[in-house]
Amino acid sequence: MSIAATQKRGFGAFLWDYITTVDHKKIAHLYLFGGGFFFLLGGLEAMIIRIQLATPENDFISAGLYNEMITMHGTTMIFLAAMPLLLGLMNAVMPLQIGARDVAFPFLNSLGFWLFMFGGILLNFSWFMGGGAPDAGWTAYAPLSTQSPGHGVDFYVLGLQISGAGTLMGGINFLATIVTMRAPGMTYMRMPLFSWATFITSVLILFAFPALTVGLFLLMFDRMFGSAFFDVALGGNTIIWQHLFWIFAHPEVYILILPVFGVFSDITATLSKKRLFGYTAMVFATILIAFLGFMVWAHHMFTVGLGPVANSIFAIATMAIAVPTGIKIFNWLATMWGGSITINSAMLWTLGFIPSFTIGGMTGIMLASAVADYQYHDTYFVVAHFHYVIVGGTVFGIMAALHFWWPKMFGRILHEGMGKLTFWLFFVGFHLTFFVQHFLGLMGMPRRYWVFLEDQGLDTGNMVSTIGAFLMAVGVVIFLINVFYTWAKGNKAPADPWDGRSLEWAISSPPPYYNFKQTPLVRGLDPLWVEKMEGKGEITPAEPLGDIHMPNSSILPFLISLGFTIAGFGFIFQVDHSAYLILVFAGIGLALLSMLIRSLKDDHGYHIKKEELEREAD
Amino acid sequence: MTNNTNTNHVDSFEKRKKKEEMKKQLISFALMIGFTIIAFIAVAADVMEPMFVVPLILILAVVQVAFQFYYFMHMKDKDHEMPATLMYGGVWAAALTLAGLILIVWW
Repeated sequence: MSIAATQKRGFGAFLWDYITTVDHKKIAHLYLFGGGFFFLLGGLEAMIIRIQLATPENDFISAGLYNEMITMHGTTMIFLAAMPLLLGLMNAVMPLQIGARDVAFPFLNSLGFWLFMFGGILLNFSWFMGGGAPDAGWTAYAPLSTQSPGHGVDFYVLGLQISGAGTLMGGINFLATIVTMRAPGMTYMRMPLFSWATFITSVLILFAFPALTVGLFLLMFDRMFGSAFFDVALGGNTIIWQHLFWIFAHPEVYILILPVFGVFSDITATLSKKRLFGYTAMVFATILIAFLGFMVWAHHMFTVGLGPVANSIFAIATMAIAVPTGIKIFNWLATMWGGSITINSAMLWTLGFIPSFTIGGMTGIMLASAVADYQYHDTYFVVAHFHYVIVGGTVFGIMAALHFWWPKMFGRILHEGMGKLTFWLFFVGFHLTFFVQHFLGLMGMPRRYWVFLEDQGLDTGNMVSTIGAFLMAVGVVIFLINVFYTWAKGNKAPADPWDGRSLEWAISSPPPYYNFKQTPLVRGLDPLWVEKMEGKGEITPAEPLGDIHMPNSSILPFLISLGFTIAGFGFIFQVDHSAYLILVFAGIGLALLSMLIRSLKDDHGYHIKKEELEREAD
Repeated sequence: MTNNTNTNHVDSFEKRKKKEEMKKQLISFALMIGFTIIAFIAVAADVMEPMFVVPLILILAVVQVAFQFYYFMHMKDKDHEMPATLMYGGVWAAALTLAGLILIVWW
């Protein structure tokens, strides 16, 4: 992202470069900007929700539009903001941390991004066409979703199907990368925690997303082609949707939180100047959380009527997850204990995360008790709980990671003063917004209602909550100003601004497009720190300087994704008129043709010659 | 990573190993075809009780899956520990989900 390079090449060439890129660092930029855009969109929707709920019986927006707002806020934030931002961070950092030159399948990486981006755009087109956005909640429970009029839910199905395929590709790609492309000496138990978290998260993506795919297909057939999977009158069963959805969506919340556990582990160790306390325990706690994450989905369905035996089993399994999570919290505290702590923006987000997330975990245990859940279910208590874990965990983690790795990703350091201001505004705003919602919920305020009545003890709490939301928005705006300021005149980043421990800090900021001139030799946990302690200060190469094999850029991932998106519009509107089927044929045709070209045309990439590498000074 | 990339020269040991491998592939392929025929006959011939046919077919299916994994997808070979772990992880996650749903429906 150097400005000089942009101006030299012209905007068109710059855009073409990003559309066709297969470089994991540029795809990371794309993920971050795509995810950031949808984060702002979801935030805007959140502000509208909070304005509507600021005063009793408000009529800022209509009931129908409110339903669309809450649905799109949840869907956007989870599928189009949080997950892509995390995938972006993984793309930017994980290959560097394990000493690889790129991910295992660069082409697939690009395809994964474009599928996500087009899926998200398709979903948001629902605002302008087809009679309104999806309005059945982000969970899209049947029969509400099968009976929702207009095309809103159709957009939900197709948009998530397309972007979900992209995410699945990303997960498989990261798995293959970590299994096959670790540098010599980088054993599994020497991997930085963020790379470990990427690995486990990818396993979760691989096992959880198929359930969503199946569920969405059933819903699509019910809505578009007259099947009756969820139609009780024709012998279907509405509960199947809830099961399929939560079999996916419970692992999904761990997909959101595990990567930031990795982020915090790396930041805590680096900025406390200490080896991570209990590295092995941290790794196994992550694996255990992933393992337990697959046997707790029915705790979202305690009030469905599964019976006391099922409820008890799922309640106990859920509570068991508190154990590995607690191990992690204590290990972070123990890492900081006696360390030489640098309190900058990244560390502030980390310090803010620990109490915030612990509150979210505590209310999680409360909700896990099936008996008590009958009281909490569908109230603002649940809303408060999951915002404490998703905002207090995932968003804090993304912000910490952005401040920590911004120099590595963009070559400039974010302004420290504005970073701290962002944190304090967001942190105070976050607790104002959501802490009070616990009590609103306990007083009986149900979630997803567009108004509440006056003088029921809910007025003050809701007003406080809205004020907090505005503080968070101001924090985000200051972060944006910080980004533009840094882009224009921020300080150039040195290779290792934080006195880092892992491999990514051993190469320049931003890294050259081939990452490592010579594959690094890893001699222990925290490889760079090992070298620093032994007085060398730089990584020993594992191979002599030689030619580097690089993949060629390609426009095909963009075209494949575009094809599927056009077909998606066709599927949505063919219900109205069969002429729209032409879009299906054209879109699928374009995608298949692009795949055929990819299969038949040999593309062996190119080599960077040894002489060329020698000419480039370090 | 440790694969032999030298393709010009194939020593007799390599050659014998490849021949052996091909033999194994063919045998397991023939066995799988045989299992499928047995399964069809078991249903079509109508001489066995369904109580016996269903478990028989299930056992044949499990053996076929094992052949698929271990011979055709090379899970028996070295350096396949991680794919095997993930494969069994996936089987475990699916089995767990099914067990959970069965528990909910029949208990």
